[in-house]
Amino acid sequence: MSVKNDFVKFDKVDKSYDGKILVVKDLQLDIAEGEFVTMLGPSGSGKTTCLMMLAGFETPTNGEIYLDGNAISSIPPHKRGIGMVFQNYALFPHMTVYENLAFPLRVRKIPKDEADKKIDKALSMVSLQGFAQRMPGQLSGGQQQRVAVARSLVFDPQLVLMDEPLGALDKNLRESMQYEIKHIHENIGVTVVYVTHDQSEALTMSNRIAVFNDGKVQQLSSPDELYEKPVNSFVAEFIGENNTFEGEVLEISGEKCKIKLSSAEILANPISVKEKGERTTVSIRPERALINPTDKMDNIHNGKIEEVIYHGDHTRVRINLLGNSEFILKVPNSSSNLDIKLGNEIKIGWNSDDARALDPK
Amino acid sequence: MSSENRQILTTDGIPLEVSLKKAEKKNKIRAFLLVAPLLLFIIITYVFPIGDMLMRSVDDKMVTEMLPKTYKSMEKWDGKELPPEEVFKAFYIDFQKLIEEEREGKLSTQLNYTKNGFKSIIKKLRRKSKSFEEGNYKEQIMAVHRRWADVEYWRAIKRRAPAYTYQKYLKGMDMYENEKGDIVNVAEDRRIHRILWLRTLEIAFFVTVFCFLMAYPIAHLLATLPMKYSNLLMICVLLPFWTSLLVRTASWMILLQQQGIVNDFFVTIGLVTDDNRVEMMYNKTGSYVAMTQILLPFMVLPLYSVMKTISPSLMRAGKSLGGTPFVAFWKVYFPLTIPGIGAGCLLVFILAIGYYITPALVGGASGTLISNQIAFHMKSTLDWSFASAMGLMLLSGVLVIYWLYNKLVGIDNIKLG
Repeated sequence: MSVKNDFVKFDKVDKSYDGKILVVKDLQLDIAEGEFVTMLGPSGSGKTTCLMMLAGFETPTNGEIYLDGNAISSIPPHKRGIGMVFQNYALFPHMTVYENLAFPLRVRKIPKDEADKKIDKALSMVSLQGFAQRMPGQLSGGQQQRVAVARSLVFDPQLVLMDEPLGALDKNLRESMQYEIKHIHENIGVTVVYVTHDQSEALTMSNRIAVFNDGKVQQLSSPDELYEKPVNSFVAEFIGENNTFEGEVLEISGEKCKIKLSSAEILANPISVKEKGERTTVSIRPERALINPTDKMDNIHNGKIEEVIYHGDHTRVRINLLGNSEFILKVPNSSSNLDIKLGNEIKIGWNSDDARALDPK
Repeated sequence: MSSENRQILTTDGIPLEVSLKKAEKKNKIRAFLLVAPLLLFIIITYVFPIGDMLMRSVDDKMVTEMLPKTYKSMEKWDGKELPPEEVFKAFYIDFQKLIEEEREGKLSTQLNYTKNGFKSIIKKLRRKSKSFEEGNYKEQIMAVHRRWADVEYWRAIKRRAPAYTYQKYLKGMDMYENEKGDIVNVAEDRRIHRILWLRTLEIAFFVTVFCFLMAYPIAHLLATLPMKYSNLLMICVLLPFWTSLLVRTASWMILLQQQGIVNDFFVTIGLVTDDNRVEMMYNKTGSYVAMTQILLPFMVLPLYSVMKTISPSLMRAGKSLGGTPFVAFWKVYFPLTIPGIGAGCLLVFILAIGYYITPALVGGASGTLISNQIAFHMKSTLDWSFASAMGLMLLSGVLVIYWLYNKLVGIDNIKLG
């Protein structure tokens, strides 16, 4: 059996609620079978709308969505066979955990003994055996969350949608649930479309991430590529921390370009600039710039330490560098021999490869 | 080691419980003083008057106090034959005293409730007793009218001896205690109260059902519409509250009467002919229509407040799990609205069961309820004790329904808002 690369296909999908503003613009997105794809973006970027269109609670204004090769716009939600985990779990409060899980099986007229087996399996998958007779109100947030996941999987759907399912949990629980969901996905191989605005969640869990902004997919790629090689300044800003310089292209030659800042010139990697004179935003990850660079780096500049914040495993240092007073560096605690003191002048260096010249802000 | 003999002490050595009580005493007193005026007000204006009114339903002291000597002398009388001379003498003395106080009319009214025919013979006795001679009152009284020589009438007087009675309750159920002390039904053609009770229950029940059927979609719409529209709709629902009950009922009279707007409309569209207009008022139909409209908000509001708390994602979850819209509604949404349904139905039913003005105006003869009968006895016959007996029966009926509801659904499962 070959894996379909377009198991879910958004084909030129537009969505507007009021006929004036497009919430989703010309969405083109293919999701492969068994993939874990996250739609990541700030609130109002259209990611939840996309999920709702896929689930069938919203209809596309234009375009078509295909599930396993079939157009689904005219299929009502209850016939799509898509599992869904909602933001606030949406467990039926008047039913026990068992009844909640039995609901999708009962409407499918699955015989009771078979249904019981499936329910047991689903509950053990989220390690909630023995909770079958509890009411949702008697469970903690994390347990409710797991019941919701189990319920969305109990009828063996090919596709599961998750709409910010971990939003209501506290930080530690959220992290452990991230791994749990990831493992469930790996074990049963179901296709998952996951919506979140939490970038670390997206990076941890996904095979691929679609970064949404302003109704459009800004970048669709694997987590590492998204972080290391953002294609525009929105993605660079939104994923992880980022130091930026605003400037103008002076020279451009193959893999390198020279950027003129207000007071200096730096070398950068031309990503979205093509010719001389273009405005650009240069983006450098904090961990790619080093204090007292030892090896040969092609950008070395002096900066003044403005603020030092202790973070346990690392120290954050804010430096005034080339007119940018918000330049952040992360210094691992093992390098305590460095002379990091407020007001000190230090040398900062980075490779021009890591300084990505993107579109201007 | 049980916790009872291990008393926890504060750092100063005072038992914790004592210390806590002391600390909270001030707050308790202050809280009590704050509610005290209202408590007093309720006791004076609500508990006392109602208690007094309800006492009237069993209170039968009036006759007892009017004929103290008679009843004392009657204690030994077995009621089989005519009472002895001493009873007649005592009755004569009591009666003379009543004439002096001009209360013999009241006595005749009261005794007439017990047995018909007392009114005329007491009047006659009053006239004749002026010329009574001393001694042998038995002969003299019996000579006034032959009914005075009938043992039945003396038994009737004796039946009024106890200071308390449940006769009014029997009357409310179309029953009475006959001469032998058995509880029997009144004659078939005089049974009016049972019909009224049943009709009250029937109308209250159907009004509740109609209200539920109409309010459920409205409440659902209110709960799901965007704020902008739902506020407007809410005002429409509450609008009737801003108009007087009388005005609303009167407007139904304009609409429903035979020459009214609805009938005119029916004639215009050819549903009925002009000389064959539908009777929609002064019967049950009128009561149903007007009461349903007036009580509708009481159903909408509790339903709305419950529906508002149901997350729309629950219905979506139901559908995404494979339930058809109907299954999702019936298995998920509907069970969650039961607290609101219970509250609304209980509210409407209880209000409907005691409804008075609307049935009085549009109900006619076949659409009036038990409360109209209560009002009739309060205002026209002045038989307050009977009115209050029926009031108490109505109250206990409502309490029974409340109890039943609690058994079936559970009262903590109710949500008024």
